[in-house]
Amino acid sequence: MLIPHPLLGLRDSQEFTYLGDANLMFRPDAAAENAEAAFCDYVFQRDNPAGVHRELWFHEQGDRSWLVVTRDTTTHEILGAELASNVKLGAAE
Amino acid sequence: MKFSGFKVVKEALTGHKGWTPLWRNPDPKPSYDIVIVGGGGHGLATAFYLAKTFGELKVAVLEKGWLGSGNIGRNTTIIRSNYLLPGNEPFYEFSMKLWENLEQETNFNSMVSQRGIINLIHTDGQRDAYRRRGNAMMLAGAGARLLSRDEVKEMVPFLNFDNARFPIKGGLMQERAGTARHDGVVWGYARGADQRGVDIIQNCEVTGFKIENGKVLGVDTSRGFIGAKKVGVAVAGSSGRVMEKAGMRLPIESHVLQAFVSEGLKPTIPGVITFGAGHFYVSQSDKGGLVFGGDIDGYNSYAQRGNLPVVEDVLEGGMALMPMIGRARLLRSWGGIMDMSMDGSPIIDRTHIDGLYLNAGWCYGGFKATPASGYAFAHLLATGRPHETATAYRLDRFERGYVIDEKGVGAQPNLH
Repeated sequence: MLIPHPLLGLRDSQEFTYLGDANLMFRPDAAAENAEAAFCDYVFQRDNPAGVHRELWFHEQGDRSWLVVTRDTTTHEILGAELASNVKLGAAE
Repeated sequence: MKFSGFKVVKEALTGHKGWTPLWRNPDPKPSYDIVIVGGGGHGLATAFYLAKTFGELKVAVLEKGWLGSGNIGRNTTIIRSNYLLPGNEPFYEFSMKLWENLEQETNFNSMVSQRGIINLIHTDGQRDAYRRRGNAMMLAGAGARLLSRDEVKEMVPFLNFDNARFPIKGGLMQERAGTARHDGVVWGYARGADQRGVDIIQNCEVTGFKIENGKVLGVDTSRGFIGAKKVGVAVAGSSGRVMEKAGMRLPIESHVLQAFVSEGLKPTIPGVITFGAGHFYVSQSDKGGLVFGGDIDGYNSYAQRGNLPVVEDVLEGGMALMPMIGRARLLRSWGGIMDMSMDGSPIIDRTHIDGLYLNAGWCYGGFKATPASGYAFAHLLATGRPHETATAYRLDRFERGYVIDEKGVGAQPNLH
């Protein structure tokens, strides 16, 4: 698989390590009332969709940036990639 | 029709006119006591034991494709019970005992061949770990033997014992382990279940669950609604997408695992060999092909095919362990979809929905568990209580903190 890095262009997926669902970027609030249940959900439960999946890839052997890659899990087709830092900033706004 | 040596000779002499289909192809009835979703090894074994051992009469198995079209036809056929943890080892040993009697029980040649498995040791630390594992296996009655380097060398002289990075220092042997003919297992269980009145309905995809007031009433399928008092889901690989229809999220990611077979060779590998340093294991099929595999590709996938980096990684492992494999030509490679649970161990449990039961999360160890998984799931469905060897496989063990950390890996090695 080739991942279209937003800064570096097409890069081989072997340069990356995989973490999983992009929602893993958003840790629950440890001080919240329901923190225990929220963290259990965060650590263990997954949507695991068959189809379009937004997921975190780390460019370990490259510029060491985290990407949010949109990929179809039934075909391995990569539909897009963006910097995870931008995604997180966008979510915070 | 009962299979026997006498029957084979008789049919050979009378033109093979007496063979009949192994199972019927019935239309679904409006309702059943128990509906099993998934006509793979685990689903068919569940139906078989429900009918045979627990006397359940109105049982149906619903399969989206054809029987055995999923992981039961895509594995590397290894059976073993060399586990460590108390939540696991008695279960897999129970499975091993069922394997040993499978052919008599189903009257079908599943080609169970107990040729032994050797887990290779490369370091002193690994020897300590395998000694501990061997002791756990002996406590569960599975039997184990720690082999010296010379003993390993006598059994499998073709390995690279003096690899500069990972020299072979010995091995842990389970003599009762081995291989079985995976398709024979499906067909044996399907035939046995069918003979006992189970309706096996192929080309019947479950499209939804009918749930009212927290109780399951049946399943919507591509062949209409089918009512059921209890529904058991055994669709490992697709558990995520099937249970989503019941509104459930699972502690599971689906990943692709690849396997490989070489051209047919003369008998060369006596049993199953696993590389203790890289992720590589190999055995030889009865047709002569070297059957081998390695690790999952490592990203979510439902595609039933993998990518080249893992092919390279597995073959590098093979070359490091047994250089002669380089002289064999690769015949085929394929991929199967694994339910990677978050602690690497399976789930056989009821769900929060009354009457809906789940058998999932087999990671890459589902084949060897087929008989015990079916038996334990049947036990749970018929009696409402978990089988004594499967009490640890609870769905809520993650939130309660009782993960079964056999290898310290699940979908992601850094999760726990």
